[in-house]
Amino acid sequence: MRISVITFPGSNCDADALEVFARRGHEAHSIWHKDTDLQNPDLLILPGGFSYGDYLRCGALARFSPIIAEVYRHAQKGGMILGICNGFQILTELGLLPGALMMNKSLRFICQHQFIRVESTNSPFTYGLKTGIALDIPIAHKEGNYFISQQGLESLQDNDQIIFRYCDAHGHLSPGSNPNGALDNIAGICSDNRRILGMMPHPERAAGEPMQSADGLMIINAVENYFENQA
Amino acid sequence: MLKARIFVQLKPSVLDPQGKAVTNSLHSLGYTSVTDTRVSKYIEMNLCETDEAKAAEIVNSICDKLLANPNTEHYEYSIEKVGD
Repeated sequence: MRISVITFPGSNCDADALEVFARRGHEAHSIWHKDTDLQNPDLLILPGGFSYGDYLRCGALARFSPIIAEVYRHAQKGGMILGICNGFQILTELGLLPGALMMNKSLRFICQHQFIRVESTNSPFTYGLKTGIALDIPIAHKEGNYFISQQGLESLQDNDQIIFRYCDAHGHLSPGSNPNGALDNIAGICSDNRRILGMMPHPERAAGEPMQSADGLMIINAVENYFENQA
Repeated sequence: MLKARIFVQLKPSVLDPQGKAVTNSLHSLGYTSVTDTRVSKYIEMNLCETDEAKAAEIVNSICDKLLANPNTEHYEYSIEKVGD
């Protein structure tokens, strides 16, 4: 696969994302936010970090980077995009995903291992996985509290766009397994056409040795399988 | 020159954990009559315009495009003459 990872000023998970995909034999390109060419990726990644210092609102200022015109074009063509953490925040600010990421209910930056449940396998990022399984994927954010209007939430539910929910080790949902107060325990959602995923947890930080968890590889592997079989 | 004073607030339907934490802190300081604190953003800017209606149009557009997130926030502002 051809992978492109955009680096914004303040991105800090870009190298990890590149490394994880490069190690699996993919052609991984680093794209600077002032570039105007995405290098024709099969999968575009908006990585985690603190683009533009999180000024004004997390992800809000990334919209004005020159590369964003190409991101919209890629999305319009039905291209695959994975937004991780700050990348998820940017996707909502761009209007490519609905809702918003607000400050954690605890007002604290949370950095911990977290279980998330696969809610739908109808996305490239969960292709071939089993609904209901719990994945151990780290989170590290202060603004990950997903919010959307009641009408928007119903639309996400009706269209099966909720891909991951925060859960406990056994895959059970409870207020206690919700680290940041996210509405309906939402950890990740996809677009109408299912090709764009935003998620707060970091699969690239759970891609096997030397990391504690290898569950992130299940998501990466799902994308690879989807690409081989469907794309 | 005109000065715009802009408040960007969370919509009433959106929980404000910061406001709640401030209310709790004020209660522990003894201000027990305080309820429903909301924390907002206040933004000031000068505009090289003389026509207030035109300035209002610009400020509306700025708020819609950048300063407020329509999913969670609403805004209000005032515009007044400053300097020459």
